[in-house]
Amino acid sequence: MLGTLGFSASLLLAEIDVRQAQSNRTAVVRQAAPAVVAIFSADGNGGGSGVLISPDGYALSNFHVTSACGNFMKCGLNDGVLYDAVIVGIDPTGDVALIKLLGRNDFPFAPLGDSDQVAAGDWTYAMGNPFLLATDFQPTVTFGMVSGVHRYQYPAGTFLEYTDCIQVDTSINPGNSGGPLFNSAGELIGINGRIAVEKRGRVNVGAGYAISINQIKHFMGQLRGGLVVDHATLGATVRSGTDRTVLVDSILESSNAYRRGLREDDEIISFAGRPIGSVNQFKNILGIYPQGWSVPLVYRREGKKEQIIVQLPALHRKSELLQPAGPKAPPQPKRPDGRGPKSPDDPHPAEASLPKDELLAEYKKLFVKKAGYANYYFNEQEQQRVLAGLKPFAGWQDAPAKWVLSGKTADQDTFQIKLLPQALSAQFTKRAPGLQNLDGTDFLDEPPGSGGLLAALQQFKMLLTGGAAAFTEMSYLGNQPLDGQGVSVDVLVTRKSTVECRWYFRSSDGVLAGFDSSLGTDVDAAQIRFLDFQDAQGRYFPSRFAVQYGNTDYGTFEVTTVDITAANETAN
Amino acid sequence: MLASIKSLSSAVVIPFLKRGLLLLTLVLLAIPNVGWSQSNSQTITSVSPKVVKIFGAGGAKNLYAYGSGFLVSPQGHILTVWSHLLDSDTVSVVLNDGRRFEGKVVGVEPPLDLAILKIEADGLPCFDLSQATSVGPGTRVLGFSNAFKVATGDEPVSVIHGVIAARTTLTARRGAFESPYNGTVYIVDAVTNNAGAAGGVLTTREGKLVGMIGKELRNTQTNTWLNYVMPISELSDTVEQIISGRFTTKKTDEDEDGVSKKKPRRYEAADFGLITIPDVVARTPAYIDRVLPGSLAEIAGLQPNDLILFVGNDLVQSCQMLREELGRLQSGDPLKIVVRRDDQLVTVGMTVPKKSVE
Repeated sequence: MLGTLGFSASLLLAEIDVRQAQSNRTAVVRQAAPAVVAIFSADGNGGGSGVLISPDGYALSNFHVTSACGNFMKCGLNDGVLYDAVIVGIDPTGDVALIKLLGRNDFPFAPLGDSDQVAAGDWTYAMGNPFLLATDFQPTVTFGMVSGVHRYQYPAGTFLEYTDCIQVDTSINPGNSGGPLFNSAGELIGINGRIAVEKRGRVNVGAGYAISINQIKHFMGQLRGGLVVDHATLGATVRSGTDRTVLVDSILESSNAYRRGLREDDEIISFAGRPIGSVNQFKNILGIYPQGWSVPLVYRREGKKEQIIVQLPALHRKSELLQPAGPKAPPQPKRPDGRGPKSPDDPHPAEASLPKDELLAEYKKLFVKKAGYANYYFNEQEQQRVLAGLKPFAGWQDAPAKWVLSGKTADQDTFQIKLLPQALSAQFTKRAPGLQNLDGTDFLDEPPGSGGLLAALQQFKMLLTGGAAAFTEMSYLGNQPLDGQGVSVDVLVTRKSTVECRWYFRSSDGVLAGFDSSLGTDVDAAQIRFLDFQDAQGRYFPSRFAVQYGNTDYGTFEVTTVDITAANETAN
Repeated sequence: MLASIKSLSSAVVIPFLKRGLLLLTLVLLAIPNVGWSQSNSQTITSVSPKVVKIFGAGGAKNLYAYGSGFLVSPQGHILTVWSHLLDSDTVSVVLNDGRRFEGKVVGVEPPLDLAILKIEADGLPCFDLSQATSVGPGTRVLGFSNAFKVATGDEPVSVIHGVIAARTTLTARRGAFESPYNGTVYIVDAVTNNAGAAGGVLTTREGKLVGMIGKELRNTQTNTWLNYVMPISELSDTVEQIISGRFTTKKTDEDEDGVSKKKPRRYEAADFGLITIPDVVARTPAYIDRVLPGSLAEIAGLQPNDLILFVGNDLVQSCQMLREELGRLQSGDPLKIVVRRDDQLVTVGMTVPKKSVE
């Protein structure tokens, strides 16, 4: 009797459990589906999937999907409406593209999850448009399990590389490319992009790969900035040592890592905060960082551990990424009715039956072509947004041209720094003095050992008085943690003759946190970090700043007076 | 008034509910948690350390140089499939934690398509074959394997989920399903049998051992692929005999009445305990690479580096010809093998053992 009771109770419970699981699934699908995008090229042929991540229309997809669709594309949502969309930023190496759907400011969007919390065995949903079946834009949903995490997939074709990706047995098929992978809570944990295909044809065989959302988060600022983003290298190659160690095999002497002290045969203990036990692991972690980011690296030499912050150089030359071919796009999935992309000699061109679709003039303005950018329009937008952080300095725009800063340093030295139209100079009690002519001669490391502090302050003066117009070039470079471990900052890069500056604005409140000024490529920059601001003669000015050059602290400067006079007054 | 009715009814109902809940709790404790919606990560965490990645001979198209296996003793015995992968001198075995060992073949049973490797280690997490379970159609299962060599270093192997579609007999037929194994199999609805997955393990969702994932198997007539798994019950006796060193050959070509029902399978070198060097060129000389301990070949005195010249009276010029000659043998035949050892010719004799059936 009790046995029967137990058995029927367990059946009942199983049924409750199954029903509960089912209703959970349908709830997740209902919640997530409106954010899933069916992407088509403007002529209606071919395409893939995507997912909205913000109410103003930003959506993620694969580079190999958008690159086949052109700069403007058509995007269908499950409300049955077809929206116009424009390319924003691309990551050809990581196979990611950011697009922006147009026409609404209240798009449904998917919340971003934390892909580092994903474990093998977790349930996932893939949504998208496999085999382009979703003619009504209702996404196809497949359900499956995470097979492995932190997977590394070797570059396919030219430079497409999947690092630190999520492997799933969830059915991913041609057309799913660019679509979302959701966790069981309906949070976006990855972008589906690649499947293992072998002798069984281009269909799922139980191994699909999604680019982790945490990797994409690192690149998000750059993507929103309309850039062709690049991944990073260490400037060194690594090899496996004995006993699961990873050693520096060879290192470029021009690399930042070399200047920070990394040498051949050093053992890499951890990279970006994650322990390193294999070459694959190292490649995995390296692959999720954008070019130009600084990350902590711990190495061991002769039993002694050392932590350094290395700035990562670009993986590719700019020209490599701009090759139109890019990674070879896989063949477009055939439509269910058997119609493939039209061939030029098709006797019944599709255009004839389609209504003429002219892009609105206001949308056409949203694409600006410029070398090195996927869409320069968005870079300009981001520049304007970040430059708003200079508002407190507005009083400097009409300031006279002769600046004299004086005060003392933390190590009880005194300084007087003059920024004049013809020359820059620095006088100290203890430190060596510096002089930099502004007659067209090269910028030098003046005062010596500072990395060109005079040149750097001159750039700062130019930014405050002239804004973007003072430089030959300005670009928004996305966001990154300041100095590898600090708060998130937005980065503007400027160029004027041979001096390149990176200006760091705190992402949270737009405050200018500091800048790096370098006198050339492959040399260390003078790193100026603002510690405090005060009013100086009614104008907002950094009253305390630290200067670091390479591995040494040059000093912390406390500015007591800022003396500003017109240029025509005589300089002493 | 309303309030008082409400309180009255709860006073009556609550004691009853409490008792019901108690009963329900007891029942809940007594039955296994079905957990359809739960993550499998706990099971995977406990099973993965028992699964290994194997790297050996191969590398050519459709001859993958990687495979899977799983630990069946704390001393490092590994159950895997008998394949070209094991043709090399030694294979490389990578554990879940990234430790890399040299694996040696200690025994093979070609009719069961199985091989046992041994690595020099101790205290390893392993499956207890006697705890293997038998499952029916509809059982939800997990497949663990080194499919596509995705997992390297200290990464755990890939896991996929599926359902047992059937428990049936694999009828291997020439021209359709060519498989050395023909016995009871589980058919799985998921693509468990991928490149490199053979030798992997199938468990229930609770992590109970079910079977060993078979090779990739394609029906050449319909071009369909079969995902089959060999139940542990079919393999465990042989595995235990190999590990304990008592293994010769298990099966006979006769049933209990002494009547042969089916054709004997063709003999191969491994049936005699011989492993030749990998057959990599058109006429690879038939050098003996290894002699399995306790085998007929060892008893007969054959040694590694012997070059096999004659099988019976027929000249053997290559590994290929050796296979052909051994394939002609019948159970109980006297077998004479002439080898060149250093600068001497050595003749050994043995009797062809009784063999399993096709």
